[in-house]
Amino acid sequence: MNTESSPVFLHVENLEKSFGGVQALKGLSFKVPQGIIKAIIGPNGAGKTTLFNVITGILPPNGGAIALNGISIEGRKAREIARLGVSRTFQNVEVFGRMTVLENVMVGRHIQSRAGIISTGFRLPGMRREERQIRENAMQHLTFVGLENRATELAGNLPLGEQKLLEVARALATDPKMLLLDEPAGGLNTRETEGLAALIHRILEQGITVVLVEHDMNLVMDISDEIMVMNFGEKIAEGKPKQIKNDPLVIEAYLGEEVDYSDL
Amino acid sequence: MRSSNRKALLGLTLFLILFPVVAMNVTAIGHYLDIMIFVGIYCLINMGLSLLMGYAGQISLGHAAFFGLGAYTSGILCTKFSMSPWLAMVAGVGITGLVAYIVGVPSLKLKGHYLAMATLGFGVIVQIFFNEEVSLTGGPSGFSDIPGLSILGFSLDNDLCYYILVWFLVLLTLIFSLNVIHSRIGRALRSLHDSEVAADAMGVETSRYKIIIFVLSGVYASIAGSLYTHYVGFLSPSSFDFFLSIKLVMMVVVGGMHNIWGALLGTWLLTFLGYEWLHVFRDFDILVYGAILLGVVMFLPDGLVALVPRMSRVWKRG
Repeated sequence: MNTESSPVFLHVENLEKSFGGVQALKGLSFKVPQGIIKAIIGPNGAGKTTLFNVITGILPPNGGAIALNGISIEGRKAREIARLGVSRTFQNVEVFGRMTVLENVMVGRHIQSRAGIISTGFRLPGMRREERQIRENAMQHLTFVGLENRATELAGNLPLGEQKLLEVARALATDPKMLLLDEPAGGLNTRETEGLAALIHRILEQGITVVLVEHDMNLVMDISDEIMVMNFGEKIAEGKPKQIKNDPLVIEAYLGEEVDYSDL
Repeated sequence: MRSSNRKALLGLTLFLILFPVVAMNVTAIGHYLDIMIFVGIYCLINMGLSLLMGYAGQISLGHAAFFGLGAYTSGILCTKFSMSPWLAMVAGVGITGLVAYIVGVPSLKLKGHYLAMATLGFGVIVQIFFNEEVSLTGGPSGFSDIPGLSILGFSLDNDLCYYILVWFLVLLTLIFSLNVIHSRIGRALRSLHDSEVAADAMGVETSRYKIIIFVLSGVYASIAGSLYTHYVGFLSPSSFDFFLSIKLVMMVVVGGMHNIWGALLGTWLLTFLGYEWLHVFRDFDILVYGAILLGVVMFLPDGLVALVPRMSRVWKRG
């Protein structure tokens, strides 16, 4: 995809975040054009997950600007940002363990539904219709990630790989414009990772911009349109996979010398 | 509604129909009807508490205060202002709901022990109000001569009529609560109990739902308070003290707080124990309560209701 011509969907400018004395993000700036897969890589502690938490409103930034389609979102609450079309998965899986797989995805439909306490308590007709739509839509998303046979199981009982897929289905159920995946391949075996790559492509085909933090370098090089490399809260490189592979700064940040991608 | 809930609801209704038939024909347990009325009243409060604790994941050690607010509003409006009891009950719901909202907005920002302390403090303040505002509440000795309830001129003075009224309301509240649990609101609540950060990221208005449920549970307690007032006909602050708040939480925990049926089971068991089956222990009954609570927390963290599926499995294997 020609990334230069697409309009910018996410625009991050001079983003700052510190925890006490530790500066996790030091004036980070980057852009994500609409409709691409952008990977963010970097050593542990580089600030990648912090970046996701700030973009999704889980943590407030200390400075800088974040804009979604030109709407400024920095410092807004997570639920408002979700309504603006940003959804995500978590590095340390955060499924709702005591709810069924289907119910997990149905929670994803929350912002697309509106029934209040009175109409749910009395099961008024409008609420029943909405509930049916929620269920059907959730089931479609489960089918999309291939978990339709697990619908009635408790989410906490699924193996890790399937919990990660469930998080993707749940995030997709919010009808996002941009999906943030935090280490989606962490803990997956080779076969599962291949399935994940295909899944991410199918998500892109639906017109959803994908940003992922990932350590699996083969996956990153294989699926990304653009890669940003972070270290110590700063951007040290950005570009197409080919450029990143040969960037001396990146090689230094990772290993100090020659780099073997299969080991990262 | 789910089929398991439907079955349980049917079973409960049958039990409620048969109970007075048996109780009124067996002299030894004739007064059980009276106890069942109290069970029903406490069930109303505890369904709200179960929604709050088991589903919204928040604790309240001040629910006796909401119960008391409903009771006093009904009592005062009916005796001092000669208001119709039903209107007074609605006024109680309004006042208690408003108080719950005002208390809930700041205190639900707190978590765990801090929330427990805040609600406990609220309960103590309301208790002081009941004790000190003598001209309105009659102070520590309370006040009596509160009229009974009637429907269209038909008096509900006898136990059977009151039993039917109370349990009819319990069933309605139960169905309402089950509907809420199995809706987007119930899912939102359960989700934030499992992972608040993920619920947040899904756009669930976590703080809003905590407050809604807190207010709803206050409203349930207020209705229970009004029913209590008109049944007992007498009010004093000691009926709404801190120990009641603790006992209510205990009933919910012993029954199983992650299941609204558990709240009903725990309420039924501990109310009967308190009114009837622990007399032999006299003042040491609190030790028995403690032992039950300890036993449940250690060996049955999901409460007695968790035994039901196990028992039905054994039964089927039978």
